[in-house]
Amino acid sequence: MKFQRYIQNHQNQITLASAILIAIGFAGKYLLSSTVVYDWAFILASIIAAVPIMIHAYQSLRVKVISIELLVSIAVVGAFIIGEYNESAIVTFLFLFGSYLEQRTLSKTRQSIKSLTQMAPETAVILHDDGTQEEVDIDDVDEGDHIMVKTGASVPVDGNIVSGSGYLDESVITGESKAVAKTAGDSVYSGSILGNGTLTVEATKVGEDTTFGKIIELVEDAQDAKSPAESFIDKFAQYYTPAVLVIAVLVYLFTRDFPTAITVLVLGCPGALVIGAPVSNVAGIGNGAKRGILLKGGAVMDDFAKVDTFVFDKTGTLTLGNTAVSAVKDYADDSKEALALVARAERLSNHPLGKAITDYATHEKVDFEQLDVAENDTVKGQGLTATIDGHHVLVGNLKMMNANSIALTDTQKADLTDVQHTGSSVVMVAVDGALKLILGVSDTIRPGIKAQLQALRDHGAKHLVMLTGDNKITAQYVAEQIGLDEVHAELLPEEKVDYIKKFKDQGRTVAFVGDGINDSPAIATAQIGIAMGSGTDVAIETSDVVLMQSSFEALVHAYALSKKTVINTKENIAIAIGVVVFLLIGLIVGFIYMASGMFVHEASILVVIFNAMRLISYGKMPTQAQQAATQKTSLT
Amino acid sequence: MTTKRAVLQLDGLTCPSCMTKIESALAHQPGVEKVKVLFNASKAKADFDDSKVSAEELGQVVDKLGYEVKKIKVKDTVATK
Repeated sequence: MKFQRYIQNHQNQITLASAILIAIGFAGKYLLSSTVVYDWAFILASIIAAVPIMIHAYQSLRVKVISIELLVSIAVVGAFIIGEYNESAIVTFLFLFGSYLEQRTLSKTRQSIKSLTQMAPETAVILHDDGTQEEVDIDDVDEGDHIMVKTGASVPVDGNIVSGSGYLDESVITGESKAVAKTAGDSVYSGSILGNGTLTVEATKVGEDTTFGKIIELVEDAQDAKSPAESFIDKFAQYYTPAVLVIAVLVYLFTRDFPTAITVLVLGCPGALVIGAPVSNVAGIGNGAKRGILLKGGAVMDDFAKVDTFVFDKTGTLTLGNTAVSAVKDYADDSKEALALVARAERLSNHPLGKAITDYATHEKVDFEQLDVAENDTVKGQGLTATIDGHHVLVGNLKMMNANSIALTDTQKADLTDVQHTGSSVVMVAVDGALKLILGVSDTIRPGIKAQLQALRDHGAKHLVMLTGDNKITAQYVAEQIGLDEVHAELLPEEKVDYIKKFKDQGRTVAFVGDGINDSPAIATAQIGIAMGSGTDVAIETSDVVLMQSSFEALVHAYALSKKTVINTKENIAIAIGVVVFLLIGLIVGFIYMASGMFVHEASILVVIFNAMRLISYGKMPTQAQQAATQKTSLT
Repeated sequence: MTTKRAVLQLDGLTCPSCMTKIESALAHQPGVEKVKVLFNASKAKADFDDSKVSAEELGQVVDKLGYEVKKIKVKDTVATK
């Protein structure tokens, strides 16, 4: 056992020694014309280089796996028996050298993931109740522990700040390198780096349960989540290697040609074929991970590359989702009172428009928090009703006003159309049976989105659709501004799902893009569900693609990257099959023998790895300049 | 009986056949129910019955195959009857 371990740890030295011996052998032959030196150098080289290969072959056999090493071992022994020492030496050397290069290049393709996992903190400083500090291994931290984070250190847990404040760089979570100010009561994420200040954090999640831990696990799993093509190749390889052994035996039995039979063993190694597709995926997924784009594996890449229809949610996706009251039409005698009533009513809902209204009321210094609410009810697709401070309050859309027979004057009707045409969502407020307020709440269209949508089209998107619960006029306004093919408004969540189903039935491959918080049904229904700008648990679990950063650049990159990766995979499979065909012809025609066959074989493995490595550097990294450009351009 | 999950962090795996080797070696251990080897992350995950085998023993199995085990983590999974 010790011997095996020693050999394995010194494989590189063995490779080098074998290279030197081969050089000595050639020198002996051509410089000294000594066949003795030549033969003995090659015999020695064959023996020392064959040892590690045979150890691997033996270990695999013990667990009933016929490995490539076994094929090579048999071939080498065969060559040795018939006195082809130079062939056996070169084959074993190339095999070892090839695996050395493979190891080096493979670790490059894995680098992006490695750099991610290395950011995971290893230790944490626990602050005990008696005020003492203790540095412990991250695995020994429990939920509820108080953790001390100092300037420059990374936060080791997910938790809430108990005391202290500081600027945190959360780029490992969001992909966005921007310092965020946080103070007591705010939550912090494992992996974020404290730029300045000192924090005491109460751990709520530790280790692999943290968001960062989940991201790492997801990316690790994703790299091994196989596309259908890969799974097929894997199955194929399982039978292929033993089959090569059988073929070699058959070749010998029928032709009695021993050299050809052992050449078959060397040529039969399925190297490039087995490694080609996975290495492309690893590189592609790694490229995404560096940019805060999580793609869940080879199958997702495959499907994403086929997407021709993108369906967008409006609020928070096409728009920034930071709504604000932008228009107020006032018909009340006491406008403060009306505003107070609607603000109090909106406190009861978690509707995004509601927050804009309560913010506005607070800003107008209207005191509404203390008002007494007797009853309240939400009417789906209309709004809400409540009895507040003795008044009957209706807050909602035109449908709600009509349903409650609230009449509108001609001026009010004109005002309503006005507000709607600015692209605002409209909130109408009736108190005790009469219309008191029309509020326009508008959202900001994402800056630069038109160009990004065009980029999606350039990469092959054919149909861009918006589905929204918002009113038709606002939806139409946004659609016109950014250029969409199809818009459906005033939809309930289940109606969005119906539309996606309809698109799928029409034979389209649909990607749904939402904020990942309240559109999980749509995300789950579409072939590719994309959660944008949210690393929440739900988003990570239900969607196929998670964009940590809320940016369309990331979306365009993810789409283009998937296409590139799929093409790259196909290239690699083509290269691998091409090589097999080439070797087969070479064997039949007779210009390929063991050593040259091994050379082509190892070279093809490196070619597919290098080809995949091109994916790592694909596309520009998001820069500070682009982030600075993400300024707010308001609708109104 | 409780099922636990051992996560073995290995030194970089390079050949896809190493994966098959480790996978089947672990799967043949008594008490091991599910094995998954992550090739790119160089991790082996195994669900096992801790009354029949220990995580350390699983580590030794992989070690004997000639792959260095850098770290072993054991997690509780949902208890099964």
